[in-house]
Amino acid sequence: MDKNNVSINHVREPLFHIAKRDRIAKPKAYAIRTVAILLSLIVSAIVIVCITGLNPLDVYVSMFKGAFGSNRRIWITIRDTMVLLCISVALAPAFKMKFWNIGAEGQVLVGGIVTAGIMIYFGEALPTPLLLVIMLGSSIVVGAIWGLIPAVFKAYFNTNETLFTLMMNYVAIQFTSFFVAKWENPFGSNSVGIINSRTKSGWFPAIAGQQYLLNVIVVAIITIGIYFYMRKSKQGYEISVVGESENTAKYAGINVKWVIIRTMVISGALCGLAGFIAVSGVDHTISTGTAGGRGFTAIIVAWMSKFNAFVMLAVSFFLVFLDQGAKEIASNFNLNEYASEMVTGIILFFILGCEFFINYKIIKRREDK
Amino acid sequence: MDGLFTLIQSAIAFGTIIMFGCVGETLSEKGGNLNLGVPGIMYLGGIASLAGAYGYENAVENPSKVIAFIVALVCAVAASVFGGLIYSFLTISLRANQNVTGLTLTIFGSGVANFFGGSLSKLAGGVGQISVPVTSSAYKVGIPGVNFGILVYVAIVVAFVAQYFLTGTRKGLNLRAVGENPATADAAGVNIVKYKYLATCIGAAISGLGGLYYVMDYTKGTWANDGSLENLGWLALALVIFTMWKPLNAIWGAYVFGVLFWLYYYVPGLGRSSQELFKMIPYVVTIIVLIIVSMRNKRENQAPASLGEAYFREDR
Amino acid sequence: MNHDIAIKMVGVSKYFGEVVANDKVNLEIYKGEILALLGENGSGKTSLMNMLSGIYFPDEGQIYVNGKEVSIRSPKDAFDLKIGMIHQHFKLVDIFSAAENIVLGLPADRKKSKKDVIAGINDVCDTYGFEMDLNKKVYDMSVSEKQTLEIIKALYRGADILILDEPTAVLTPQEVEKLFNVMDNMRKNNKAVVIITHKLHEVLSISDRVAILRKGSFAGEVATAKANEQMLTEMMVGEKIELNIERSEPQNSKKVLDIKHVTCLNQYGMPAIDDVSFEVYSGEILGIAGISGCGQKELLEAIAGLQEVSEGGQIIFTDPDTGHDEELIGMNPRAIKEKGIALSFVPEDRLGMGLVGSMGMTGNMMLKNYREQSKVFIDRSSADELANKIKEELGVVTPGVDTPVGRLSGGNVQKVLVGREIAASPKVLMTAYAVRGLDINTSYTIYNLLNEQKKKGVAVIYVGEDLDVLVELCDRILVLCDGKVNAIFDGRNVTKDEIGLKMTYIGKGDVQKNGQK
Repeated sequence: MDKNNVSINHVREPLFHIAKRDRIAKPKAYAIRTVAILLSLIVSAIVIVCITGLNPLDVYVSMFKGAFGSNRRIWITIRDTMVLLCISVALAPAFKMKFWNIGAEGQVLVGGIVTAGIMIYFGEALPTPLLLVIMLGSSIVVGAIWGLIPAVFKAYFNTNETLFTLMMNYVAIQFTSFFVAKWENPFGSNSVGIINSRTKSGWFPAIAGQQYLLNVIVVAIITIGIYFYMRKSKQGYEISVVGESENTAKYAGINVKWVIIRTMVISGALCGLAGFIAVSGVDHTISTGTAGGRGFTAIIVAWMSKFNAFVMLAVSFFLVFLDQGAKEIASNFNLNEYASEMVTGIILFFILGCEFFINYKIIKRREDK
Repeated sequence: MDGLFTLIQSAIAFGTIIMFGCVGETLSEKGGNLNLGVPGIMYLGGIASLAGAYGYENAVENPSKVIAFIVALVCAVAASVFGGLIYSFLTISLRANQNVTGLTLTIFGSGVANFFGGSLSKLAGGVGQISVPVTSSAYKVGIPGVNFGILVYVAIVVAFVAQYFLTGTRKGLNLRAVGENPATADAAGVNIVKYKYLATCIGAAISGLGGLYYVMDYTKGTWANDGSLENLGWLALALVIFTMWKPLNAIWGAYVFGVLFWLYYYVPGLGRSSQELFKMIPYVVTIIVLIIVSMRNKRENQAPASLGEAYFREDR
Repeated sequence: MNHDIAIKMVGVSKYFGEVVANDKVNLEIYKGEILALLGENGSGKTSLMNMLSGIYFPDEGQIYVNGKEVSIRSPKDAFDLKIGMIHQHFKLVDIFSAAENIVLGLPADRKKSKKDVIAGINDVCDTYGFEMDLNKKVYDMSVSEKQTLEIIKALYRGADILILDEPTAVLTPQEVEKLFNVMDNMRKNNKAVVIITHKLHEVLSISDRVAILRKGSFAGEVATAKANEQMLTEMMVGEKIELNIERSEPQNSKKVLDIKHVTCLNQYGMPAIDDVSFEVYSGEILGIAGISGCGQKELLEAIAGLQEVSEGGQIIFTDPDTGHDEELIGMNPRAIKEKGIALSFVPEDRLGMGLVGSMGMTGNMMLKNYREQSKVFIDRSSADELANKIKEELGVVTPGVDTPVGRLSGGNVQKVLVGREIAASPKVLMTAYAVRGLDINTSYTIYNLLNEQKKKGVAVIYVGEDLDVLVELCDRILVLCDGKVNAIFDGRNVTKDEIGLKMTYIGKGDVQKNGQK
């Protein structure tokens, strides 16, 4: 019957049309993505050549050196990957539920503020292990609150969560500026400076001589935890059902409002925790740049990875690699480090665009006479 | 009294930047496209105008104000439309997710702008400051005796025109239908793809003027990699909500945001830290507006119903 | 007929995958005439007309408008041919005013001022007798006003051929009368009018000619003046077809559900089901017949705890084993389950309500009982086992139990859903359009499953649209009409015609007369 369909009257229909794909073989999907990334690298190379006249291969080689050139650089790459991964993992439950939490930036910052505050006020009084526990707990709580507020309004009044969480970011940023001004050190520097730089109180301790190993451990625990939470737990199951269809959720007796609120609390809490890691485990200071746009980048990471924890790791790593690499180029070739954002943008455009070819197929109609 | 006068003056100067961004984004959102790339587009518009002007002023011995003005304008519009096209192609033709695409555009725009901003500085002698005095002064021309450049008035005109377009013309009606209910508009014979593309790209051009104004007038033809243009872009997005998607509201709304932004400067006895809390007010007010609008559930004040969704005819 | 032909359809067919929506239909539509297009649910009335309005493109056949062969690829093409269709789901922009909706998408004419446009619209209203506040927003309008607006919109755009898809389904009797006046005016203005309906008394009172579709094919036409209800019903339902579905005698029947005075309101605040009372017994299949949208969905959802029931109603569940009574109203599905009431529900919207399309069979098996596990983490092994069992026993064709069910064919999706609901060992099993869109074999699989449940002593409620199936499968058949119980028949002594009549017509004093067993 299908054949009849095509052969009769098709002259009158458009030459090609677009249809949703039912399924696509995994290898094919990955092939499409690989082509997209290769294309994006070529386009980026062209852009680099046009702008700088440099040999793009040299540029890529020096990017590689920038990210992996020394033991220290490798650890910095790992460290930054961990923070980005942590935020991405935190966003995954909310996105899986189709709740657009654009507010990670703010949730990370409030977690960071609380961490910094505790380090400043209790750094002398309490031992580091106790400090770490308190900071962990508090950053989780404030992050959770930052996620809770938009979730409640979404659940009860259907307030647009994309716009709400976006605005919450700026409230958090201004709070950060407020505390930066309050905790300014030294006076007039307009920054908080390294907190407890002498005592290192409240800092993540080095483990086995590696300063950032604890970051890896904490983020690994969270990532694995969320992986199991999403795939194996009852709550994770509920998130999937609510994200797919609220009607089905109601049919199954799921309290949709409660799931929305609970999931956003978890998402916010983990973002707050990422703020704790960023302050206590990486920067040892707080500024409006503590989140550094990673709250937004993580959205892209989580989305592109389809919430798969391992893909998130790979994508986070890739983006941090680009960033570190670009910084290296910037210094080597006397360029500006923002080149990395430009290249990142180009690559992401391609990856976003290629999803179309994975989700849709273009059907050509056979031409007649 | 003097203080109040200068406050209003700085509020208007400040408000103009976000008024452009807001009106441009309103057009795009009315067509159903939530473009979180506004900061990126403003960046693109700003840096392109600066680069164009810089190139022109350095290439010609006696740069003419008129030509400098045109060069900067054309560059700004071209670059921001380019940004709008990337976004449109990805979200409308390739149906990529609007939020993610918008955020990526912001990263891209900020990267391009700050990259060239920094490099231009270096080309200028490495001091970190470049200037395009002729172009900048061209944009400073306005009504004699009033300390505003021409773009301040253009912004108001653009807002009026956008309002008239949306509420007073057939094409504006069609565009709003596309943003509300694309299937209905489609059935009524409106070309959805064309409208979405045009609204997003023209909207991007208008947002880009915000970047142009910021660079040429507000910061007098200089560039600093301090991320302030990005923050202004987000503020413009907030303003869209605050104005409830009505360009006319953007005129006073932008100035109100300007007053709120500068108010700390004129309130006596504020410490530096409390000033920062003051700057939070526009965002908090926006959140409150967002909540009240959703609670009252009055249909006219809501975001366009299909905002953020890709349209695929065969989905029906 | 002494009228000119407006539209001629010759051998028009439309297929959706394996389903034949229309099979070589020939139809003529005349100017200055009201044609009633009559047929049961799924008989292909709407899809046939959608090919005139540019929604679907025919797979076979020709369409002639005013004698010329045309191809209608989009709604715009239909407008250009002066064909207007009023769909059941209105295509209006809610936040626009009436006038704005009317001019939407039309090219602006510089010579015409706003006043001229308004005057033009008012002209249309005056000609046909519409009353419409052109500044009123659509979201403030009643359903009838929205429908009026759609008709004005079509006429203002110059439609000469007007198709109305079940226009009276959402109207009060007074509004229906108004609509019929308007249609009469259109006829006087030499417009061609098609009304899709299955309400016989309306057909008889408004139309000039009746064309009947049955299972996608043209089943005949008759001048209204020569028609009567009996004759139309027979043409609509056709000869009795022997299906040979087994039907055993109910054994040991006990009252399981006692439903009294249940009323549910739809989103417009009008009753979707209206003071409905009936009883459901264990070990029997209760069929529910009715035109689609007569309250079947709301009725089942009210029992399942998914619909709010107006005050004064009662839904009492009596456990057939213990005799324990429980009021179901006020409980959501979870509460019902936690009370230990085994209620299974196969909803009409399989992937939108009954299943999660992106999950595999295993994931879907857990949907209703995942909460019963004591641990935080879900043990998938039992669900996996069940999925495999259902896959095997019902012959579900799927690459694996983890393949998203959204990718399976309609029949397999339904097997998964029905399989899961039956596996829960229900006391009450409700199914809505359980065989819609399924092929013959799968349909029989479903009938057999329902019969097995009946023999186990389950109270089965079967909402169906195929009357042949209802009269062969069900022990009793309840007929809903406009949200009311119009009759309850013994399934063994009823003809399709009797049911068909009750589906389409509420006789005076008839209502609820047969409501109690």
